Amino acid sequence: MQSMSALSQLEQESIYILREAVAEAERPAMLYSIGKDSSVMLHLALKAFYPLKPPFPLVHVDTTWKFKEMISFRDQTADRLGLELIVHTNADGVRDGITPFTHGSRLYTDIMKTEGLKQVLNRHRFDMVFGGARRDEEKSRAKERVFSFRDAHHRWEPRGQRPELWNIPNLHRHRSESFRVFPLSNWTELDVWRYIERENIPVVPLYFAAERPVVEREGQLIMVDDDRFPLAAGEKPQLRQVRFRTLGCYPLTAGVDSSARTVADIVKELEEARSSERCGRLIDFDQAGSMEKKKQEGYF
Amino acid sequence: MAAASDLLRFLACGSVDDGKSTLIGHLIELTGNLPDDQRRTLEEESSRIGTAGGKLDFSLLMDGLMAEREQGITIDVAHRYFETGRRKFIVADTPGHESYTRNMATGASNCSAALILVDATLGVLPQTRRHALICVLMGIKNLLFAVNKMDRLDWDQKEFRRVEAQCGQLATALETFGLPSGGSTVTPISALDGDNLVTLSDRMPWYQGVTVLDWLHGLEPAAGLPHQEFRLPVQYVIKVARSGAGWQQGVSDKVKHGAGGTFRAYAGTISSGSVQRGDQVAVLPAGFTTEVTGIRIGDHPVERASAGMAVSLTLKGEHDVVRGDCIAFAGGRPEIANLFKVRLVWMHEEALFSGRSYVFRSVFGQASAQVTSIRSRIDLESCLRLSADRLELNDIGEADISLARSLPFDPYQDNRETGAFILVDRVTNATVACGMILHRLRRSENVHWHHEEVGRVERAALKGQRPCVVWLTGLSGSGKSTIANLLERALVGQGRHTMLLDGDNVRHGLNKDLGFTEAARIENIRRIGEVAKLMTDAGLIVITAFISPFRAEREMVRQLLPEGEFIEVHLSTALEVCESRDPKGLYQKARQGLIPNFTGINAPYEAPEAPQLRLDTGKLSPEECCEAIINCLNASSVGR
Repeated sequence: MQSMSALSQLEQESIYILREAVAEAERPAMLYSIGKDSSVMLHLALKAFYPLKPPFPLVHVDTTWKFKEMISFRDQTADRLGLELIVHTNADGVRDGITPFTHGSRLYTDIMKTEGLKQVLNRHRFDMVFGGARRDEEKSRAKERVFSFRDAHHRWEPRGQRPELWNIPNLHRHRSESFRVFPLSNWTELDVWRYIERENIPVVPLYFAAERPVVEREGQLIMVDDDRFPLAAGEKPQLRQVRFRTLGCYPLTAGVDSSARTVADIVKELEEARSSERCGRLIDFDQAGSMEKKKQEGYF
Repeated sequence: MAAASDLLRFLACGSVDDGKSTLIGHLIELTGNLPDDQRRTLEEESSRIGTAGGKLDFSLLMDGLMAEREQGITIDVAHRYFETGRRKFIVADTPGHESYTRNMATGASNCSAALILVDATLGVLPQTRRHALICVLMGIKNLLFAVNKMDRLDWDQKEFRRVEAQCGQLATALETFGLPSGGSTVTPISALDGDNLVTLSDRMPWYQGVTVLDWLHGLEPAAGLPHQEFRLPVQYVIKVARSGAGWQQGVSDKVKHGAGGTFRAYAGTISSGSVQRGDQVAVLPAGFTTEVTGIRIGDHPVERASAGMAVSLTLKGEHDVVRGDCIAFAGGRPEIANLFKVRLVWMHEEALFSGRSYVFRSVFGQASAQVTSIRSRIDLESCLRLSADRLELNDIGEADISLARSLPFDPYQDNRETGAFILVDRVTNATVACGMILHRLRRSENVHWHHEEVGRVERAALKGQRPCVVWLTGLSGSGKSTIANLLERALVGQGRHTMLLDGDNVRHGLNKDLGFTEAARIENIRRIGEVAKLMTDAGLIVITAFISPFRAEREMVRQLLPEGEFIEVHLSTALEVCESRDPKGLYQKARQGLIPNFTGINAPYEAPEAPQLRLDTGKLSPEECCEAIINCLNASSVGR
């Protein structure tokens, strides 16, 4: 019998993870961050429970600084699939006027993303939460389990992770403890795009190259997505053909020069690529051991 | 680079400082999988915190935790990904340090090949042997011993041959645990300089064998277990109202209202073999047979599916099939049993003793389990089984295990998916061991449960009471015996049928063969628990008065009894109060060092986390305590 392709193996393993977590969960949810990884994860969930709808809501932590195109894509997706969408914004942060420009990326991420996330998880008492993170994104993620235990304060303890043996996860937990579950743990960026191509999965158009208004800040191309962007005196956004390899908050996500206008172009670009994916994510570099610290505090 | 055709999972293991992370990092670089920006970071970090002299320190690519980079060691397994034109690889870089063996086992359990690093200057170390043994026990059939740091030995052939012979001896010893002869290869390398990783090194012209990459390319793809018997563990039952519409049209509403009957599909990933529409299958442990009417992979209907595929099956007729059930061919069923001989890798700081009970989990669900006897521990030096009465952290051994209910299984050597299990601690939820089923034990067939003509309900009804166990636990001198006697007197006064178990009537008879070591204390409580259970079967209200210092044993007794019949009463009197009472002069002797393992002084007491009652006899009189217990019994509708 012919063996499955690498991509199909990854797909089948992810479906196993989705089903296992839902079967053991009391209140599952999917953290839907609107990016390509979330798109793939959602597509896999549609397959895993077919013909049932995925038996959990989508949760989006809206920092109010996402790209406009992301928000409209999010609403269209939930609508098209008829899924429950829970959108949460940290009202305290909004009240205190926390923005990436005024408070720095570190404090901003802490309050608007990590705190916002904990608020919505606590409010709904979710005990299994899917995230689209992949181990190849970042070195501390490479160390994380597929089923990652969190204590009652959502903290990750990297030095005391439960062993993960065969296909038998230990999902035993006490009240208010939870798991973050990463079905795409073993996928690479290239796998994600090859799969999007194979399965014809819709993604936010920001991934494709187009003329966009950008300014250059410390060698990074930042898109001016709305009029909240504080331009320096004499600074004027330039139109440049860029695309985004990852999508986050627009002031903290740099675009890259690219002419890839289709999924096939992107796959080709990546197969020849010489730089890694999160190099445009400014928050990964705002302190040493940056991601690990954020994760210990409860960031995805 | 074209899309790679298949996927191979392997791990890098071996003793601490043998160069695993360096090897993997360097392999990723040499195969063109290191992006430019990561390379720049690596160059910068190598000169700042690297440990490779002036060279690139590839281990920095792998050790992603802050503590790892500070200490220069690997703590937890890292997964890395790379591909060549021929194949895609998932590599688990595992920690060499003995204290992180459980993380190494995490890496090994899903791999089909192992790269075992050996430091050429040190030769095969105990930890090398431990890792090789765990790999082989977990069913890995391909080992590459990469003899590293040849650069430090001037590329000397004689030195290599010496280590090669040690590896050969180890491989031969591992054959008794399932390593096929010819399942291992030995290659001299330098992870730091890259020799023999991807191309043959001209600094070691005397070696003309395979490079590390040759070996990785030459391995058979891990296609799951397509040739084994068909096994599908049911993971999730998909229930949808039967109607013509797709789920987009609000099918879930109809499910809620039950309109139009229910569509049921049984979702799971095929562990082994393959299945075809129309096949006759059995559902276990129930044992009924039926026919496969449809197979889907995701939303896509197919005629057949095989190992590794995440499918959903529909079956002919209406059946009660639940998560954990096994679907197999009617003519090729797995065994079903509740007594096994198993191999264990013990992963917990607290040693394993026979008698302890845990939760057993396999792909076929979970059951309460007891390690009934420890048979042996495998000695790493000799690879021989030595007799043992305990397993310490990171020990590998063989034991008998007994489950509270029968589950389907295959021996691990026949099926890696359906013969594996983990043990979970009931209280802390920690994974304390991973295990592999060797075979069932036949004893369970001979000890059929005696079919009782008269049941426990009837016996209790005759006495007009609801049986239970009132379990008094607390330090010596906390007043257990005094309160137990008062309580029994009060209950008898109300016309109840009771029995009191305490040190006087148990230690002098049933348990007179037991001492006071940890193992003996566990066995003591196990026997008391079993006797108490038989007495509740007889319809009695049982009162026990034992220190019973360990949470796990009290929990074990709770599990023996029907829900609600175990009433845990913690006499929480402070140690100083108990010691000042010292009715038998035991504290004084313990303080003088005359009694080893005396609870509270030189042995631990684990207080119950959520007892039904907590009573401090420093503040309450024995009569008040007794009354509180009777009120508690009345409130919980047992003991009446």
